[in-house]
Amino acid sequence: MSILAVNKLTKSFGGLTAVSNVSMELNHGELVGLIGPNGAGKTTVFNMLTGIYVPSSGDITLSLRGKNIRLNGKKPNKICKEGVARTFQNIRLFKDLTVLDNVRISMHKNIRYGLLHGMFHSKLHSVEEKKLLDKSVELLSILKLDHKKDELAKNLPYGEQRHLEIVRALATEPSLLLLDEPAAGMNPAETAKLTEIIGWIRKNFDLTILLIEHDMSVVMRICERIYVLDYGIVIAEGSPDEIKANERVIKAYLGEDMRNA
Amino acid sequence: MKKLTEIKGIKKFVALLLTFVIVQLLLSFNILNDYIMATIATICINIILAVSLNLITGFTGQFSLGHAGFMSIGAYTCAIIIMRYPSLPGFIIGLFLGAILAALLGFVVGLPTLRLRGDYLAIATLGLAEIIRIIFLNLEITNGAAGLFIEVQYTNWLWLFIFTAGTVILITNFINSSHGRACISIREDEIAAEAMGINTTKYKVVAFVFGAFCAGIAGALYSSYFYYIKPDLFGFLKSIDILVIVVLGGLGSISGSILAAFVLAVISSLLQSFPEVRMVIYSVLLIVIMLFRPQGIMGSKELSLSMFNKLGSIGSIFGRRNGGGR
Repeated sequence: MSILAVNKLTKSFGGLTAVSNVSMELNHGELVGLIGPNGAGKTTVFNMLTGIYVPSSGDITLSLRGKNIRLNGKKPNKICKEGVARTFQNIRLFKDLTVLDNVRISMHKNIRYGLLHGMFHSKLHSVEEKKLLDKSVELLSILKLDHKKDELAKNLPYGEQRHLEIVRALATEPSLLLLDEPAAGMNPAETAKLTEIIGWIRKNFDLTILLIEHDMSVVMRICERIYVLDYGIVIAEGSPDEIKANERVIKAYLGEDMRNA
Repeated sequence: MKKLTEIKGIKKFVALLLTFVIVQLLLSFNILNDYIMATIATICINIILAVSLNLITGFTGQFSLGHAGFMSIGAYTCAIIIMRYPSLPGFIIGLFLGAILAALLGFVVGLPTLRLRGDYLAIATLGLAEIIRIIFLNLEITNGAAGLFIEVQYTNWLWLFIFTAGTVILITNFINSSHGRACISIREDEIAAEAMGINTTKYKVVAFVFGAFCAGIAGALYSSYFYYIKPDLFGFLKSIDILVIVVLGGLGSISGSILAAFVLAVISSLLQSFPEVRMVIYSVLLIVIMLFRPQGIMGSKELSLSMFNKLGSIGSIFGRRNGGGR
């Protein structure tokens, strides 16, 4: 069952076409990789999927709970409300806020009290805030960040900042999770652990995941299908083994020595 | 845990009540003269202005230079109504009407201009305040450049206290609610906030309108305390004055704004006796404070009881040392 259908998506900046006629399809519960050399347009695709860029042409359709929702042209916060969450390649945490606040802000869209309740700290406010706190701590404990909830996000070690980005995305209660290079800058041990975590959250949160990654060990191990992007065009699609064997991919991206890998 | 917050709440309430009662007693026994009372009124009005601007600039991260404009709307609305209906209900109605009009204008202007970022927004809000000033300068009902003279003084310590404490408490509560955190997330990273489902436009406008509302209240209190208002009082310089308090106290610190409003008023009234060099010393002090504490007196932290405990323990160490020396 398809959850996300991308049809002939194109984005041009002035004369430069960053992404051209990209079509993709994600099925419910799948873990799909999106790879390609630097500047291939992967993050641009993500930015269009999450509403940060408006596509020049093409369609993005999200199918959830039997409804088809056209995402292009919607604002990022609306898209988030529909159930699409993301992390950022260059970490974009709320650096000067605590770990707990980072997560609580992501849960704001489901808050059930109005502005006046907030100003007068009504009964409803304290009840809801208590729920919010419990839920945040529970989410943080999944990635073992709960004992650091009162630390400022900027003071976390790099690896934990990446983890916090994932928790923050999960806090928006997504159906589709977009991970933009979650393993960037991590050492092999951290990467292995992250790979495990991604598999675990997919199962336990019933997620569909689209993953951009440079680290081939991650992509080849956990992705069920892979799309390869080069110069804004999808040049190949298939299982990791098919991608490894694809001549065009090898030429464009993986390099000659991957044949022996 | 619950008991602890309850005790804290009671402590705060008692502290507020004590402040009110003490000043009220001093006033009724004529220990505080009119000059000191005027300084107190200035401090209260500046606290309302600074805390509400801090909500817009310090917490939501929207650089506004138009706060005096919103203040003037409150001031003129209240003044005009008091002159028609010189009574306490007239004052209260004028005050709230002024605040509501300021908030409405904040909404109408905020919706299109809050798309602008940083310095562009500053210029736009600056322009807004100037337009308001020029309008008041040319209207008949506001008596143009000559200004309005309000014969009765309704603002007294009671009203000043109620509205100052009210503003501070409401804004602090707001900041500590989920809606307030949504505002803060805009300051931290607007793109990330949007991607996490925060309607950034909505919360920028909310902060702007709430801030404008409070500025309107401050203006109304001003006009009925100081008897006289004219458009020039609410010019560019007034907006800058408020911004100075906010920056000096610390962007994103409510207690910082309160402290700075207090400190600046005290400094400027102590310097009254040296009229020639007053502004020079004032400016030098500002420069020195900014050089040594560029993040403001409080940074983005809040003054708390535990802080006093820490200070107390440092003090006791010094005390013991002195005792040992003897």
